[in-house]
Amino acid sequence: MAAHLSPPPDPQFVLRGTQSPVHALHFCRGAQAQGCPLLFSGSQDGLVHIWSLQTRRAVAALDGHGGQCVTWLQTLPQGHQLLSQGRDLKLCLWDLAEGRNTVVDSVRLESVGFCKSAILAGGQPRWTLAVPGKASDEVQILEMPSKTSVCTLKPEADAKPGMPMCLGLWQADSSPRPLLLAGYEDGSVALWDISERKMCSHVSCHEEPVMGLDFDPEKARGVSGSAGKALAVWSLDGRQALQVHGTHELTNAGVAEVAIRPDRRVLATAGWDHRVRVFHWRTMRPLAVLASHSAAVQCVAFAATGGLLAAGSKDQRISVWSLYPP
Amino acid sequence: MDPARSEVRLAVQEAVHTLSSSEDGGHIFSTLGTLKRYLGDTESPAHPKEKEEFATVHFSAVLRCLAGVLSPSWLELLPDGRLEELWASFFLEGPADQAFLVLMESIEGTAGPSFRLMRTAQLLASFLRTGRMAALMEAQCRQQAPPGFPLLRETLLGRVVGLPDRLGNRLQRENLAEFLPQNYFPLLGKEAVRVLQAVVDSLRGGLDCSVSFVSQVLGKVCVHGRQQEMLGVLVPGLTALTEGSCLWQRVCWRLVEQVPDRAAEAVLTGLVEAAPGPEVLSRLLGNLVVKNKKAQFVMTRKLLFLQYRLTTPALQSLLGYLAMDSQRRPLLVQVLKELLDTWGSSSAVRHTPLPQQRYVSKAALICLALLGDAELRDSRDELLASMMAGVQCRLDSSLPTVRRLGMVVAELVSARLHPEGPPLRFQCEEDELSLEMRALATPRPAGDGVLEAGPSLAAAPAETPAETPAEAPAEAVDSGVPQARLEGSDSELDSDDEFVPYDMSGDTELKSGKAPLYVRDCVEALTTSEDGERWEAALRALEGLICKSPEATREVSVELAKVLLHLEERTCVAGFEGLRQRALVAVTVTDPARVAEYLTSQFYALNYSLRQRMDILDVLTLAAQELSRPGRLSRAPQHGRPSPGTCGSLPLAASQPGSTAAPNWRVAVEERIRSKTRRFSKVTPDQGWAVCPCCTICSLLCCRPLVTFDLLGDDQLVLGRLTHTLGAMMYLAVNTTVAMPMGKALLEFVWALRFHGDTYVRRGLLSAVSSVLLSVPARRLLEDLPDELLEARSWLADVAEKDPDEDCRVLAVKALLLLERLKDKLLPPSP
Repeated sequence: MAAHLSPPPDPQFVLRGTQSPVHALHFCRGAQAQGCPLLFSGSQDGLVHIWSLQTRRAVAALDGHGGQCVTWLQTLPQGHQLLSQGRDLKLCLWDLAEGRNTVVDSVRLESVGFCKSAILAGGQPRWTLAVPGKASDEVQILEMPSKTSVCTLKPEADAKPGMPMCLGLWQADSSPRPLLLAGYEDGSVALWDISERKMCSHVSCHEEPVMGLDFDPEKARGVSGSAGKALAVWSLDGRQALQVHGTHELTNAGVAEVAIRPDRRVLATAGWDHRVRVFHWRTMRPLAVLASHSAAVQCVAFAATGGLLAAGSKDQRISVWSLYPP
Repeated sequence: MDPARSEVRLAVQEAVHTLSSSEDGGHIFSTLGTLKRYLGDTESPAHPKEKEEFATVHFSAVLRCLAGVLSPSWLELLPDGRLEELWASFFLEGPADQAFLVLMESIEGTAGPSFRLMRTAQLLASFLRTGRMAALMEAQCRQQAPPGFPLLRETLLGRVVGLPDRLGNRLQRENLAEFLPQNYFPLLGKEAVRVLQAVVDSLRGGLDCSVSFVSQVLGKVCVHGRQQEMLGVLVPGLTALTEGSCLWQRVCWRLVEQVPDRAAEAVLTGLVEAAPGPEVLSRLLGNLVVKNKKAQFVMTRKLLFLQYRLTTPALQSLLGYLAMDSQRRPLLVQVLKELLDTWGSSSAVRHTPLPQQRYVSKAALICLALLGDAELRDSRDELLASMMAGVQCRLDSSLPTVRRLGMVVAELVSARLHPEGPPLRFQCEEDELSLEMRALATPRPAGDGVLEAGPSLAAAPAETPAETPAEAPAEAVDSGVPQARLEGSDSELDSDDEFVPYDMSGDTELKSGKAPLYVRDCVEALTTSEDGERWEAALRALEGLICKSPEATREVSVELAKVLLHLEERTCVAGFEGLRQRALVAVTVTDPARVAEYLTSQFYALNYSLRQRMDILDVLTLAAQELSRPGRLSRAPQHGRPSPGTCGSLPLAASQPGSTAAPNWRVAVEERIRSKTRRFSKVTPDQGWAVCPCCTICSLLCCRPLVTFDLLGDDQLVLGRLTHTLGAMMYLAVNTTVAMPMGKALLEFVWALRFHGDTYVRRGLLSAVSSVLLSVPARRLLEDLPDELLEARSWLADVAEKDPDEDCRVLAVKALLLLERLKDKLLPPSP
């Protein structure tokens, strides 16, 4: 059986030149990216690099976080706007249209944790932003671009799930109510109903802090990775209760981020063991172990179309892979 | 004088006279008509006494005369071919033996292609077509007490069997299809069945008959090597006819018994090969093997011990035949004992080729499957003893296939002889051989052979169990259902999942945290570290580090080699042997002079294990190979797959300009440059160092008393490996200056060991000779080593002819061819 397996693939190309460990990756989404696909990377020295995937060179470097690590990157569907979150407690909104690289707005964060933010943005000018809140276990919901605080989601006093570690905002097609998934320090994942400001469900998935999660609204199934050795797959039933579906044991501990491909067929994890693991999303069958990095992989991202996978690592490289093209 | 006789004589004389002189068609026709009366079948047949007189005394003369007068003009004496018809009828209707002899004589007597030759040949063809050959043999069978003409009979026999050869010679390209052996002998087989049918019929009618002429024909045909053609027809026919008929079986037994002794072997071999199973063989042969000494010798000795040509099914039917009757069963026990004796004899193991050993093993296993527990119990200890002896000397062999055969057979034999005891198990995987052997060792269900022969049976035998055909479909259904279900679930999975996983075997636990960064640290970690993880990480990192920093490695090279050579697997590390070997090779390549010298000196040192000595040889070979590779300076660490400890260094190195790891394109470019550039020598300066020690080893081995370990005795495995290593080194030393002295030393070394008893050693020696011939320049060989070459040549010729091992013979032939090529190279091109 093993004789029929092809050897592990090589990356399509490797981007070098961040000169600093890579902490965040994001493929440019939306119509403006069609002509010239872009990849954003955020590094530990506070720079955001914009890479052209055609020339495979850095097009520009944005310096807006005062040398502090960039932990999260996200583009907005409307206009050439990029959000970047840094350890300098600032969330910057960049205007990239027509070659401009300027900070047009910024949000002051109040948490020094590692939690990455999340947004919920449709086609409308108004969008929702979830950021870690002031108190260590809070999540704050802001309405943008007005920056008005909608609410603060705080677990009940006796729950003590610890700090939120990762966030995911989403809204079911049938319902107008936005929902928030949050992974906590104690290894649990909670589902919050934002309009009612209450925790709908709370399930303990991991022994270690949850490091990353992703959710597939169509199958109502999500996956989370932790500092421990397991991936957890959980699902949401009709009454909005989370249930652990199963766990998947990994060879080495530590998952920095998980990402489901937009076509919901493949899942990738960024491992502290230098490897990117690819799974079949529906069956959770392992498909590949990509071992080209020489230090912990800190982030993975899928392109919206075309199936490209990018992984950023502490070894200052970004590897770009094309596996199982859709 | 009897008036009838004289009357016949007169008529014949007159007719002969008319035939030879008359040109009147009508006259000839009427004369022939008169003669025809004596053959019968006309309106006014002659007196039986006259007929007999004509047939025995005058017929041949008439036929000769008839054959003599044949010519185109003679045939045209009467229109419409009436004369020709009448002429041919004499040959086709008279006594077949005389007609046949005259026809053959006339064909052979005719010189050169001619009308008469062709006509006669065509007549002979229609003689064969109309079944006269059966009549010929039948007549021979009916004759009570051969009528005093053994010579005639012998002639007849010779002509009948030799017909294809004789006609082929005579007719050359004009030969007819009927006379080709592939058509003639099947015909003869068919006719023989008809004759036997007639014999059986007349026996039923109470007439006595003898089948000895058919037996003689059969024997002679088989001796001529036409078993397949004749028995291919005869055996299926007899198989069907003997089914359920005792008379037929007895006729068959008689047929085989009457075969002359000198043909017995050919006939029996042919029958064993052609019979579809032991049941059929038993019906055809009866208890021949008990009655006839010659047959017993052929069946129980020659086919089993002296030859090994039978296919497995034939072997099964032979031994199954021995097992089928209580009178023959003691023979089977005897055969099994002898088989296991042969299997256990160490000299047989050494001197018989592998296919024969396999054959004997198969035969022994089949015997075991056929014999019952009670029969085995009596001689169990004896059998076990020979089996153990065989295992012992096979496990000592240096050829893996022989060892493997020993293990497989030992497992099966001991399981059969000692079913209640603890099973003997060797650590070997299943393969084709073991599966085949296992299938042979499982007793066949009774009635198996009946089913095999089933389709060819004319009448359904009464004894066939009625449930057998019913069972077969039931089994098919049983096995079919789960299969279909399995396929169904498989296809469901497949359609479900189009993504094919990649190889994930490299996904191991990460331990790179403690990997040392310098070679010196590695040495220290490997020698002193108590921490298993650090030790393993050091081992994994070592090869990459050595390649990255050759300077640092050279400082500690010998020390490192010593550490690695003595390294033992402390904890269970996956791929330990490979890691250690690659590291040793890397350090040898980095500092060939000192490390190779150290390693070669250690080869003879005290207190090394077999494994370590073999490792030394392997490492030297691999290092020499590495060094002899041109352009090796741009060499990347050789990873099967990136191991966790070194994968960190690989991309780093690749990014630095002028790094040691060349990207693929650079390799490609260098390859192209090399192919376009003529070099006078592709020797790298280091290369000589790696191969020099080889000379040292050679000369050391030749002159040094071997006190440290028993290389020429029990440690022949190491010796075999050494000879192979030396051959490989010699080959790798091509184009170096040391090739010449190395070749000389190696040839001397080979000379000293040329009659070694171990196959593996001999193979090594032969390949070493070949490498000498390949590596040392032809001119130098001839100038400096003419005597050695001559000696080697005669030795090679001897081996090529007589060595029991096939590989050795092939290697020797290859070396001889190289020698020939050498000669061609040196001789000036012929004008």
